[in-house]
Amino acid sequence: MAEYQNIFTRVQVREPGYPGVDLPESSLPRLGKPVFPWFSYWIGKIGDAQIGPIYFGFAGIASLICGFIAIEIIGFNMLASVDWSPIQFVKNFFWLALEPPPPAYGLSIPPLGDGGWWLMAGFFLTASIILWWIRTYQRAIALGTGTHVAWAFAAAIFFYLTLGFIRPVLMGSWGEAVPFGIFPHLDWTAAISIRYGNFYYNPFHALSIAFLYGSAVLFAMHGGTILGVSRYGGDREIDQITSRGTAAERAMLFWRWTMGFNATMESIHRWAWWFAVLTVITAGIGILLTGTVVENWYLWGIKHGIVAPYPSEMTIQDPSLLQGVSQ
Amino acid sequence: MKFLNRKTVVLAALGASAILAGCEAPPPETIQNGYRGLQMQTNYNPRLLQASLEANVPPDPIPASAEGGPLAKDVYKNVQVLGNLTVNEFNRLMVALTNWVAPEQGCYYCHVSDGGFEEDGIYTKVTSRRMLQMTQDTNANWKDHVADTGITCYTCHRGNPVPEYVWVTDPGPGQPTALAPTGQNIAAASVAYSSLPYDPFTPFLLQDNDIRVIGDTVLPQGNRRSIKQAEWTYGLMMHMSDSLGVNCTYCHNSRSFYSWDQSPPQRTTAWYAIRHVRELNNDYVVPLTDILPDSRKGPLGDVYKVYCATCHQGAYKPLYGAPMVKDYPSLQGPIPEGGLAAKKAAEEAAAAASEGDTPPAQAKAEMPVVAEPEPAEAAASDEQAKAEPPAPAPEAAAEEEPAEATADAPVEQQPQQYPPRLQYPPPSMMRYPPAPLQYPPAPQTR
Repeated sequence: MAEYQNIFTRVQVREPGYPGVDLPESSLPRLGKPVFPWFSYWIGKIGDAQIGPIYFGFAGIASLICGFIAIEIIGFNMLASVDWSPIQFVKNFFWLALEPPPPAYGLSIPPLGDGGWWLMAGFFLTASIILWWIRTYQRAIALGTGTHVAWAFAAAIFFYLTLGFIRPVLMGSWGEAVPFGIFPHLDWTAAISIRYGNFYYNPFHALSIAFLYGSAVLFAMHGGTILGVSRYGGDREIDQITSRGTAAERAMLFWRWTMGFNATMESIHRWAWWFAVLTVITAGIGILLTGTVVENWYLWGIKHGIVAPYPSEMTIQDPSLLQGVSQ
Repeated sequence: MKFLNRKTVVLAALGASAILAGCEAPPPETIQNGYRGLQMQTNYNPRLLQASLEANVPPDPIPASAEGGPLAKDVYKNVQVLGNLTVNEFNRLMVALTNWVAPEQGCYYCHVSDGGFEEDGIYTKVTSRRMLQMTQDTNANWKDHVADTGITCYTCHRGNPVPEYVWVTDPGPGQPTALAPTGQNIAAASVAYSSLPYDPFTPFLLQDNDIRVIGDTVLPQGNRRSIKQAEWTYGLMMHMSDSLGVNCTYCHNSRSFYSWDQSPPQRTTAWYAIRHVRELNNDYVVPLTDILPDSRKGPLGDVYKVYCATCHQGAYKPLYGAPMVKDYPSLQGPIPEGGLAAKKAAEEAAAAASEGDTPPAQAKAEMPVVAEPEPAEAAASDEQAKAEPPAPAPEAAAEEEPAEATADAPVEQQPQQYPPRLQYPPPSMMRYPPAPLQYPPAPQTR
């Protein structure tokens, strides 16, 4: 038993391949020759060794096609930006980007080569993501489960849309949106913070960070707790929600002893879900407010008393305001 | 535990050391330059700093020349800039200049070997004359940047006929004509290998685009500077930081980059430095375009120009502040009638009269004249000037449009038209049109 309790599964259980629950009435029958049992030893090291069955469906296929189109547009634009040189493409891969249109175009449709491709890639990427959302929703319904995953994913999509669509529309310029590229999107992140007077003083940015780090802490606490009590059957979490056993009692007592309060076998999952979801929701609100209703977060922080003052012994003046000095 | 066997440990150790090998060996040397607890500090790697200190040592000065004697203009022909020096001083400077700029090539790098020394038939001579004037102008009129440390030819040249660090307008990697260049997103040394715009020099150190992007109001009041524009500014700042070997916090309190009242005084120097370099490029370097050969030009036919790295070369002060120019009074400013002796006498008299108050006042007084042709941020001030007189009329649009037009005028306008390609930055990147949201009319952006 102790052998089994490792991040790498040391004992792999091999059962006949399990095709899953029966499909709902209205579904088409499964297509193709089953490839089961298909087990992967190495995948089994970190999870379940059984691969598949996978469901494609209309939304899934459409999502993959749209995603493929988006990635092709982005990739070929990157390749074109180094004059179709594969070597330069590889060398500069992390630097390359497909940039949104220059700000002067506002919300009009620019020529393809001057940001039009970005709009198109954005359209297909968004279509792909939303189709994938539909897929998560439909599969949850088909399996008779709740749609919690779909709504959590929807929160992330809200943040994505805020960055690339909603805020640019509110600002009146596609050029405000994020470029597609590894380093370029990071530079954009630094640039928006600098341009709007330091996101450090954006309270929704702070909330988002708190939820993000909080998610990590909750993840570690929960994972650790369940592993710790699994010798008492705590790995049967769902059973323990309604039929509390010694595993749940010990887990909860551990936290009460440690910090005087505990979540329950059920509520810990709500905690985790809300922390994860609020990470992106607060992030999206922070972005929505930037530039639309707040110009300079640092000055906003001063106005609302959240900026720590400290003595400044050498105060200098803006030289462009001095009289009689050339600019 | 069994899985922690020897092989695993060895492998893990190897992996960890491979990763750590990419780091600089601790401890860094840290110099505080702001209020405590704010991380306002400059970090140095002692090993690299030592190498830089050794590489940035000025040559020993040439012994001063004997006083007195005839003036160079009376003895030599065609001495336009240094004519009021005595022959001894003149020759001393020529020797120094040769050592600084063309130690291997010698006198005939700038003089025609088969003609007289007075012949102007070689481009290097005409160029070096202009460069001498540039040096004098800098030392006399840009004390806000170079202080009394001043510059000599060696500050930039370091024994090379062409300074090691120069820039030209960067056309970027060749691109299909169907793609409008964005001017960024390539691993570029010019901006410290970020993906920021790789040629922030053309817009800011040659043209006078607005460097400031951050709004100075709590709520939006019409600052339409875009995030992309912020990236151009950011690129310039990366170059400055890289060339001076300093962090952002050398000139800024990073919690509020725009605030002057929290910035270290070095930021003022840097502000003047940007204007200074812009003037050097526009008044001294670019006018030499017709004279200089193609080997001194970039792919677009523009000459090698000056930026921060040209003099600083990784040091926060060029040559770590070695006061070279004090040994070369002939470079301290334009030489008046009567030569250095007259200048010295005048300075002493002035010092006696007003306790050394004169030099800064003089510098201030002369500067507007010097910088008049292309005043930096003229756009910004124009905009203000234009925006204010017509009284804050209710129509925000009416007020904003003419202001916008004048603001963009020096940069080139009409974003819809490309080609012409290769304007840096692509003018359409700098601002964006007013949002559909109704903003309060902008009384002023800055």
